Amino acid sequence: MQIINHKTYTMDNENKNTRRDFLSKFSTALVAGAVLSPVISKASQLVTEKDGVVEIKNFEGNLEEMLGGDYENIKLRMQEDVRRALKKPAKDRKWGMAIDLRKCVGCNACTVACISENALPPGVVYRPVIKEEIGTYPNVAKRNLPKPCMQCENPPCTEVCPVGATFKREDGIVVIDYEACIGCRYCLTACPYEHRTFDFGDNYSTGLPAIVEYDERPSFEYDKEWPRKEGESPVGNARKCTFCTTRLDQGLLPQCVSTCIGGANYFGDLNDPDSVIAKVVAKLNVFRLKEELGTNPKVFYIS
Amino acid sequence: MKKIFYFLWAVAFILGSIGVAERLMYGHTLAAYGSRVVWGLWVAMYIYFIGLSAGAFLLSSLVYVFRIKMFEKVGKLALITALITLICALLSIWFDLGHMWRAYEVITRPHLPSSMMAWMIWLYSAYFILLSIETIYAFRIDSGRYEGKVLKSYQKKLRLLASFGIPLAIAFHGGVGALFGVVSSNPVWHSALTPIYFLVGAIASGSALFTMVFAFFWSNKKGEYFRQVLNTLAKIVLVSVLFDLLLEWSELSIALWMGSPADTHGYSEMLFGQYWYVFWIFHLLLGVAIPVWILLTQRNNKAIGWASFLVVFTFIGVRLNIVIPGLVTEKIHGEALAYINPRLSFHYFPSTMEWLVGLFIVTLGIGMFYLLNRYLKLTEDKEPLNS
Repeated sequence: MQIINHKTYTMDNENKNTRRDFLSKFSTALVAGAVLSPVISKASQLVTEKDGVVEIKNFEGNLEEMLGGDYENIKLRMQEDVRRALKKPAKDRKWGMAIDLRKCVGCNACTVACISENALPPGVVYRPVIKEEIGTYPNVAKRNLPKPCMQCENPPCTEVCPVGATFKREDGIVVIDYEACIGCRYCLTACPYEHRTFDFGDNYSTGLPAIVEYDERPSFEYDKEWPRKEGESPVGNARKCTFCTTRLDQGLLPQCVSTCIGGANYFGDLNDPDSVIAKVVAKLNVFRLKEELGTNPKVFYIS
Repeated sequence: MKKIFYFLWAVAFILGSIGVAERLMYGHTLAAYGSRVVWGLWVAMYIYFIGLSAGAFLLSSLVYVFRIKMFEKVGKLALITALITLICALLSIWFDLGHMWRAYEVITRPHLPSSMMAWMIWLYSAYFILLSIETIYAFRIDSGRYEGKVLKSYQKKLRLLASFGIPLAIAFHGGVGALFGVVSSNPVWHSALTPIYFLVGAIASGSALFTMVFAFFWSNKKGEYFRQVLNTLAKIVLVSVLFDLLLEWSELSIALWMGSPADTHGYSEMLFGQYWYVFWIFHLLLGVAIPVWILLTQRNNKAIGWASFLVVFTFIGVRLNIVIPGLVTEKIHGEALAYINPRLSFHYFPSTMEWLVGLFIVTLGIGMFYLLNRYLKLTEDKEPLNS
C-alpha cells in the first residue's frame, strides 16, 4: 500500500527563506503541542503565538465540559456505552460513528488496524483515508477524510443484490452473508460512496516463491473463522466494513476507533441519549457525505 | 478454404480453453477488472450476446407470430441463432461470477421485487425455456412426421409461445438495460433511455448477425427468394442502426450539454480518453458510417454480408462503451489516490485471460452454429412443410 497526497510542492529560490521561517515556527509550536495535546492537525488554529508566548488550545477541554460526568478516558467511556447498549434488544440500538476531521492527522493507523483486524488481502480496504491539499503555499490546508462504510439507514447496495445476501441488521449495520454472496459485484456499482471492494483472491505474496504466513491468516468477521483459500468465501465475495461486528458483540469498540492515535473517532449507540456519540452528534458541527441522496448515513463528520 | 477455417477455429478453441482453464484454476486473480471498474469484457460480452439473442428472436416472430410468408424459410435459422447467442451470453456472465457454483441461488432465493438483476435472471430463464420449447415445436412441425390434429395443436402452441416470446424478449432485454439504468449513483447508466437503447441495439445487432449469416451461408444464392429476403433484411439493419445512432446522439448530447464534470467525466473519457478509438474508429466509422454507406449504395450479397458483419463485430465496442465509461469516475473525489492498488484503479484494459475466455465463448458459439447448421440444414433453401 502506498499513500500519496493530492499535491506535492516544490520549493523555489524565491520563497525559500519565508518557508524556512514558517517551518521553524511551525515545528516549535507543533512539538509543544504534541506534548500537551494528543494530536494537532490544524496547528494554525490551535497554536497561537503572541509576544513570544505560545498558547495551545485543547479542544478536548470543551468536550469534557460537553459530555459531563466522569471523564477520564474517552475510549473507555465509549466502551461502557457499547456494553450498556448491548444489554438492550438489537432493534433498539443504532450504532453510529463520528469522525472529527479537525483531529485526524491522516496517519492511516485506522486503515492498517482494520486490515490487520479483518485479515484483509491486498486491494480490499474497509477504511481508506482520502487526502487532499487545498490552496497554494503558504495558504495551504490539508484535509483527511477517513471513509468507512456509511452504514446507511436506506442503503442502495442491499436493494440491488440478486440473492438478498447483503442486508441491514436490526441494529442498523449493513452486512454480507458470505456464504450466500454469488460475487456478481452489482452492490459495488450501487454504493454511492464507493465503499465496497471485491476479494479477488489476491495475496501479498502473489508472485513470490513462497507464501508468507500472514497471507494464510483467517478472517474473523461475522463471529466466524474464515480460512483463506482460493474459491472459498470470502474470496470471490463483495466485502465491506461492518463496524467490527465481531468485536462489538464482545463489547469492544471497532478497531479503527480503538486504534486512532488522535482520538478522532466517536462510536456508540445513537439511540442512547447518554452516550458520547449521541452528544457529539447533537452538539458539534456535523455533516454527512452526500446527505442530499437521502441514504441517511450513520457516519458523521465533525468539521 | 474450409481447411483454413477448421484450422483457425481449432487454434482459437485451444487458446480459449487455456483461458477457461486459467479462470477455473486461478479464479479472478488473473482478471484485470477491480473494485472500481467492477465489470469488464465479460459483462460487455454478456449484454452483447443477449442483445444478439433478443434481436434474432424478434426477427423469428415475423414468421411465427406475424406469419410473414417471405421469412418462413428462415424462421428456424433465427430461432437457433437466438438460442446459441443466449447460451454464449449465459456463459459470459457465468465466468464473471465470483462464485460460479452458487449461480443456482438466483433461482432458489431471488431478491424480488427490488433487485433488477433478479428480475433479469428470472426473465431470461423463462425466455430460455420458452425459446427451447419453441425451437422443438418448430422442428417437429417441419419434420413432416405429424399431421392432422397433432400438427394443428403443435402449430397453435408454437404461435402461442412465439406470441408470449415477444413481450418476454422485450422485457428481459429491456430488463438488462434497466439493470444499468436503475443505478442512480452512476450518471452514465442512470437514464430512462438506457433500456430503450439496449432494445434498439439488440434489434440492430441481432438483425445484422442474422443478415450476415443469411448472406454468407444460405445455400441457394441465385434465386429471387435470396435477393428479396436479403434486401429486406438489409433495410431492417440500416433503419435499426440509424435509429440506434439517433438514440446515442440523444443520450450523449443531453448528458454532455453543460453537464457537471462528475456527470460527464465518463462520457468524456469515452470520447476523448485513452480508448477514444473504440468510439470514433471502431464504433462510429467501422460500425456505423461504412456499413450505412454500403447498405445505401450496394446491392450485392457479399457487400450486404460484410456490412452486416461490420455492424455485428463492432457492436461489442458499443457494449464496452456502456459498461466501462460508467465505472471510470470517482464517486468521492480523491478516492483514486487514497489506497494505491491495481484493484482500486479506475483504468481498465482486459487481461490476456479475459480475452482468451472471450475467444472461447465466441469459438464455442461458432462451433455450435456450424454443427447445428450441418445436421439441421438450417440454411438449405427448401419450402418449410407445415409452418
